[in-house]
Amino acid sequence: MTTVTETPSKETFIKRLFNRPAKEYWNAYTGGTLLGIVLFLSYFITGNGLGASGGLSRFVAFIEDIVAPGHVDRVPYLIKVAGGELNALDNWIVMVAIGAIVGGFISGLRNGRVKWETNRGPQITDKQRWFWAFVGGTLFTYGARLARGCTSGQALSGGATLSAGSWATMFAIFGGAYLFAYTFRKLWN
Amino acid sequence: MTTFPLPLNVIFLKVGVYAIYLIIGIAFGYVLESSGFNKSTILAKQFYFKDLTVFKVFFTAIVAGMLLIFGAAAFGLLDYNLIWVNPTYLWSGIVGGLVMGVGFIIGGFCPGTSLTALATLKVDGIFFVAGGLFGIFVFSETIDEAPHFFNGSYFGRLTLMDLFDLPTGVVALLVTLMALFMFWGGEKLEDIYGGKDSSKAPKGRYIGAGVAVLGAIGLIAIGQPTNADRWNWIADERQAQLDNREVQIVPEELLHTMHDSKLNLVMLDVREEKDYNLFHITDADHVLPEEIPGMINEFIALPANSLFVIMSNDETRATEVWKYMVAESVPNVYILEGGLNNWVDIYATPYENEYCAGEKESPADDEFKYLLTSALGDHCPAAYPHLEDHEHVEYEPKIKMELKRAPSAGGCG
Repeated sequence: MTTVTETPSKETFIKRLFNRPAKEYWNAYTGGTLLGIVLFLSYFITGNGLGASGGLSRFVAFIEDIVAPGHVDRVPYLIKVAGGELNALDNWIVMVAIGAIVGGFISGLRNGRVKWETNRGPQITDKQRWFWAFVGGTLFTYGARLARGCTSGQALSGGATLSAGSWATMFAIFGGAYLFAYTFRKLWN
Repeated sequence: MTTFPLPLNVIFLKVGVYAIYLIIGIAFGYVLESSGFNKSTILAKQFYFKDLTVFKVFFTAIVAGMLLIFGAAAFGLLDYNLIWVNPTYLWSGIVGGLVMGVGFIIGGFCPGTSLTALATLKVDGIFFVAGGLFGIFVFSETIDEAPHFFNGSYFGRLTLMDLFDLPTGVVALLVTLMALFMFWGGEKLEDIYGGKDSSKAPKGRYIGAGVAVLGAIGLIAIGQPTNADRWNWIADERQAQLDNREVQIVPEELLHTMHDSKLNLVMLDVREEKDYNLFHITDADHVLPEEIPGMINEFIALPANSLFVIMSNDETRATEVWKYMVAESVPNVYILEGGLNNWVDIYATPYENEYCAGEKESPADDEFKYLLTSALGDHCPAAYPHLEDHEHVEYEPKIKMELKRAPSAGGCG
């Protein structure tokens, strides 16, 4: 840390905050071990694992409940989370999802990786990348709802607690991705 | 008694509980970002064997989490019965997984990683999250067309230990060895396709691998707690409850409970089938003691207003079942005082007396003492006495509903 003698103005402070030199990511095994410890602590303290798509799901139900409350009360899948007086956001999984955004931001800020950019393969444009990201996100969460959990809630959490169904889902996720990797090679290579 | 998981709703106000989940979420997001999960190109490269970072992080986390969870359970710190284990819906899980896989290779993220990408202003991450919200909307609008597929092939809380009929430690060791084999193969693939040199990677990972294998072998050596172990942890407190007769409810209290629609009353008649056929209380389920172990997960998963009343002819057998269930952390379990013999004593009407040829001369302990001339089952008034037909007897209510500790929905709920 270099010593700064003059008191910087607010703007330069923010500038400096966002213009830190980007640091390397952690070693994969170190990161994995720490992720495993976070997962364990979650189970140890609360009895629940980690999750991401559940938070998004409740956010959607929350918006729908504002826009069309009558509709929410007629769709069985939505009634469970937002029917009648229920507040869809009043659930622990929403806190985990908000936390994940906050935690990602803190880590990105500390390590100089908060940067407005688009990551893509060399053969496509930014706009193409955005289109495919949207399509991929749509498919992913559709599958995640169908499987009752995504990579975090099913594969990671259910994997560590040795749920048979979660292992089946985990292999299906990796299987599906490797199966179609060749088809979509142009997106990434 | 195992202290963990904590009964959060009992200890903290709601805001405190949510703060805990928020902190867990922050740690989750921090680790994901620091491992490179906010960058779609890193995530996608694993599917072309160029950079298996994500693969390694993911399976290291599973191995570490698994060893810690079952290690804590082996030492009696954490109650595996009370943590959320994703129930198995086989086919919707597999088809959903395949769809997720396609979304992964097209979109370059999964939901958790896209949140950290959004947090670090990756535009493709923002589009993925937007698409993700749209996908959920589409799902909620369409899934009610295929309820059988969505809710079918249900196996409940099925673990790999149940599936392969192997001890927990052995499964943990196999998972660990499989992960290590994949890491070894993955590094070889990275050398070939990604132009990396795994011989320069930190040597510390060999130590880590050794620790994981030793940990798994340790799990085999220690084993997971048996029902007897679990009873010993709580024996002081719970045996005293039995001895002070705090959990044996009088028939009158059960009768009132039967007419209380706010409670989900589960009556378990644990006698032999012939006794059950002679007479039983309406809606009491016939369950033999040896069937109880296979039903524990189901019991724990029931709603928080569930109340279990165990009954045998007297109390001996019911007490054994009570001890088993309590040791397995099933909440709100009680015993019918005096069993069915006492029940019939109190609630028999002229109708039952007509079919009764008296009492056995010297019935053994926990034996049905009446000589019935016909198997009545529950087709008689005493099987479902009406409150108003009986004189109210003063009794001291013993049922105190405790708050549920086990999560009733988890994962991506």
